[in-house]
Amino acid sequence: MVTLSSDPQAASDMQLAPEDLKFHVRNVRVSYGEKEALHGVDLDIAKTGVTAFIGPSGCGKSTFLRVFNRMNDTIPGARVSGEVLLDGEDIYGPDVDPVLLRARVGMVFQKPNPFPKSIYDNVAYGPRIHGLTKSATELDEVVEKSLRRAALWDEVKDRLNEQGTGLSGGQQQRLVIARAIAVQPEVILMDEPASALDPIATARLEELIDELKDRYCIIIVTHSMAQAARVSQRTAFFHLGHLVEYDATNTVFTNPTDSRTQDYITGRTG
Amino acid sequence: MILGFALSFIAMIAGGLFGRHLAISQVGRTGETGSAGPNRAHSLPKFHGYMLAWHIGFAALGLLALHGFRRDLLSTPWLIAGLALTTLLAALHSRRIIKPELRARDYVERYVRISLLLCSAVAVLTTFGIVLSLIFESARFFEKVSFLEFLTGLQWSPQTAIRADQAGQSGAFGAVPIFAGTFMIMAVAMLIATPIGLMIAIYLSEYATAKVRGIVKPFIEILAGVPTVVYGFFALLTVGPAIRGLAESMGFAVPTQSAIAAGSVMGVMIIPFISSLSDDVINAVPQNLRDGAYALGATKSETMTQVIFPAALPGIMGAILLGVSRAIGETMIVVMAAGRAANLTGNPFEAVTTVTVQVVSLLTGDQEFDSAKTLAAFALGLVLFVITLILNVIALLIVRRYRERYE
Amino acid sequence: MSDATPPETTSIHQSADAHKLLRKRRRRERGFRMMGMSAIVMAMCALTWLLISIVGTGYTAFYQHQMTIDVVLDETVLDPNGTRDPDELRKANFRRIIQNTLYARFPDITDRRARQDLFKTVSASGATDLVRQMVYKTPSLIGQTLTLEVPTSDDVDQLLKGYIDREVSEDRRKLSDQQIKWVDELVASGEVHARFNWAFFTATDSRDPELAGIAGAVAGSFMALLVAFVVAVPIGIGAAVYLEEFAPENLFTDIVEININNLAAVPSIIFGLLGLAVFLNFFGMPRSAPLVGGLVLALMTLPTIIIAARAALRAVSPSIVDGALSLGASKTQAVFHHKVPLAAPGILTGTIIGMAQALGETAPLLMIGMVAFVTEIPTSITEPASALPVQIFLWADSAERAWAERTSAAIIALLVVLLSMNALAIFLRSKLERRW
Repeated sequence: MVTLSSDPQAASDMQLAPEDLKFHVRNVRVSYGEKEALHGVDLDIAKTGVTAFIGPSGCGKSTFLRVFNRMNDTIPGARVSGEVLLDGEDIYGPDVDPVLLRARVGMVFQKPNPFPKSIYDNVAYGPRIHGLTKSATELDEVVEKSLRRAALWDEVKDRLNEQGTGLSGGQQQRLVIARAIAVQPEVILMDEPASALDPIATARLEELIDELKDRYCIIIVTHSMAQAARVSQRTAFFHLGHLVEYDATNTVFTNPTDSRTQDYITGRTG
Repeated sequence: MILGFALSFIAMIAGGLFGRHLAISQVGRTGETGSAGPNRAHSLPKFHGYMLAWHIGFAALGLLALHGFRRDLLSTPWLIAGLALTTLLAALHSRRIIKPELRARDYVERYVRISLLLCSAVAVLTTFGIVLSLIFESARFFEKVSFLEFLTGLQWSPQTAIRADQAGQSGAFGAVPIFAGTFMIMAVAMLIATPIGLMIAIYLSEYATAKVRGIVKPFIEILAGVPTVVYGFFALLTVGPAIRGLAESMGFAVPTQSAIAAGSVMGVMIIPFISSLSDDVINAVPQNLRDGAYALGATKSETMTQVIFPAALPGIMGAILLGVSRAIGETMIVVMAAGRAANLTGNPFEAVTTVTVQVVSLLTGDQEFDSAKTLAAFALGLVLFVITLILNVIALLIVRRYRERYE
Repeated sequence: MSDATPPETTSIHQSADAHKLLRKRRRRERGFRMMGMSAIVMAMCALTWLLISIVGTGYTAFYQHQMTIDVVLDETVLDPNGTRDPDELRKANFRRIIQNTLYARFPDITDRRARQDLFKTVSASGATDLVRQMVYKTPSLIGQTLTLEVPTSDDVDQLLKGYIDREVSEDRRKLSDQQIKWVDELVASGEVHARFNWAFFTATDSRDPELAGIAGAVAGSFMALLVAFVVAVPIGIGAAVYLEEFAPENLFTDIVEININNLAAVPSIIFGLLGLAVFLNFFGMPRSAPLVGGLVLALMTLPTIIIAARAALRAVSPSIVDGALSLGASKTQAVFHHKVPLAAPGILTGTIIGMAQALGETAPLLMIGMVAFVTEIPTSITEPASALPVQIFLWADSAERAWAERTSAAIIALLVVLLSMNALAIFLRSKLERRW
């Protein structure tokens, strides 16, 4: 088991009780080919609630997010080193199958990416491949429950057989969240989920994130500091591939310890 | 004809030099173009030259066309005389019009555009030529043999039709066995090419490392670059005997020339076609769909078969249709390896014949051009053209719409 | 899991069931991957099989067995009247000279049938033509004895290349036991030996496989390609420039576009029918001529060149043209001075690939009659000629082993040319292409 205080160099200022801990990250480096994008990050993530990653573009926050579900594996030439423990188990260990890991750690992308299938099939896709349901009625229930949780059910319940790609941008993004929830994950990663949405759709999405935060560990990457302030309980600030500051969201925004954080949130650097 | 082209070319060069010379003598070499004043020329002398050359060129093109279409109106000596005359006239005319203020450059630009337009019109003219010649000759064929007979008759033996007095002549041009043979060989070829080509495309785009791709792709390109006559010889020399040997060892008698031999080699020929088109199509599916499936915990094969493949299906259908069009129009492999007898059979281990084989065998050898036998080749050609045209246009439209969806 | 409670500590994805299913899914994944790999292996095997069967059959055609003979140019046979009249000499009985030479080599053989068999070990027309040419050129040779190398007959050549089975009973084999004995004796004495087969590259088509070469077909192909190049490249580039730079967006342009894409997929034999109906029957151009073949090939490769040239033009940054326009150049000048030169490597690559396609094309040439048996190297584009792929087609029709060998060798020659053209295209593309 991990003892948190053992590493005095940890950038984390957060103290989490071991039973609240979901991810335990030590000295994670990511490089693409010759270029290192992330230079050794130490960070702990809580079991529930929303953790936000902020920072200027190119700071490595999205790269870091893809560490948690090993999505970097799909990029040719990407290498990840360091230690990432999910519930105490190294997810980069030799006998961990990324397929199972990704079932436990869902992800939502910048651009909504529903499959060119019906709304129903989009949500049912995960349960089907992972064999989560025994019967058609059970699958129907899972689909309905997931769509309800993603606050989309009322809008689409009469047209479940229509193409998912026919929905509006905000609806598509909630469909994708429903799709992720249907797999029964423990963690949901969100990579700038509102960047392609209009303000109204963004507000609905943030509401949804707020509803989901008690049940799931949510990690959200955002370029909007306001959004981080609105939805997250903890915030990590990244700069040039380094984790600069990590603390309760309130503290980061009102009383940052690092001058780089201060410059960023006051708009002096971008 | 060649002489005419050469002479026109020489006349154009001479005209160009003459025009340039005229302009220089009128307005000086180059310096004046930029300077103000009464003597300021609009265009450089070379443009006056180009202009004159183009005048001669257009006139010569007209004469050459007339010569080509109506040799009785314009025989070769008259063509040469006409060329000389137009060159002279153009030169005289240019003496009158070449002045400093002549906008020669604008004329040249317009002429260049017209010439470029004529270039792209060649492609349209080619299609017109194909359609007109096929329809014209086929119409003459259908004066001798009824259209319905041709499309529905079960008996094909064009040899008997040469002697008009022979009985049963009217029953000799039923093309159904030919269509059936064409279809069977196409089906064999596509049964081989579609799965292999598709799997190659999938493996190369989703699994292969850059190194493997770098090795495999040139191999596939070589497969695409092998001339069809080589495939035909391969089918005749190696594959046909191999299939016959295999069948004999199992106690069947199979001829060396068979639908299966020609079809399987044709399948190999079409593999690179299907694989490179499908590769394009699969790569056009946006990466974020893959990411979405992977992030749900789908394996690569699940992502491929359940997400990418359905998304790419229209494009893949387009690729397959183009492959079918290829298979139907392919000539040399079937001429060499499928046989010439018009059997109406459902057995791929027998020799069958195809539209293209019949076109070749009807038109090679010494035949009178007006006989029903040679005209039948054009009727078959028309059928072939219409079918491939439909397939191509559908495929092109599907692929185009598919591309637009993901752009 | 009810809606109210937070998720259990162990996920359902870690259950034994999940792991069992996962193993099944991984098996399916491996199976799918194997299918992909086997598809590639199958395609590569097909190519390898093709190459091995053709090279394996054809490589022996590049050497040939020759027989060294001492030819006595007997005046009583060649010129009994002593006139040295060239017309008389041309008609003289050179066959008898060669026969006498062989009989002299094997003086024990007197039987007529045996002597005929003996004469069949050399290439009759090959040897007589050689001697006839020499005597015709230098009549003073008459009366002398020359030591010459003449080709053996194709059967002897095939025997020595190991394609005629000596174990098979005599009546099922092309050479008798006696002939094989003679050949073995000549080989042992060094009178029959293998030489590089230059004749294959310098000779034209022949009825005798041991004398047939590809020079005529290569010349025909070269001329047809030259015509195709001269016609298709300027028109193709012109059309591409027009469509890419000047064409207004209207119905005509749309029709031209669809039309070009369709033409690229029209079966080649249709172009042959076009050539037959339009060039031969309507315009009355000569049959079997490289001129017509070249024109047909030009129309066929035109779409390829146009499509490649358009892609190359599109790849050039439009800012180049804008820059030139801002300096007061006209659109035409900007395009021809700046854009076309920058697109030239791409256009060149497309052209080479189009020409390679044209070089391998057979069917349309059959339609316009380039299937004639031509024993002269054509000297102009209006003379009857063959082409290399057509030559392959013609030779492939003959069943004898010696022809299969020749056909394969011609294919090797064709493939070498095609591969080098494609390699050149790839090389040019990588060398000359500038990135924007």
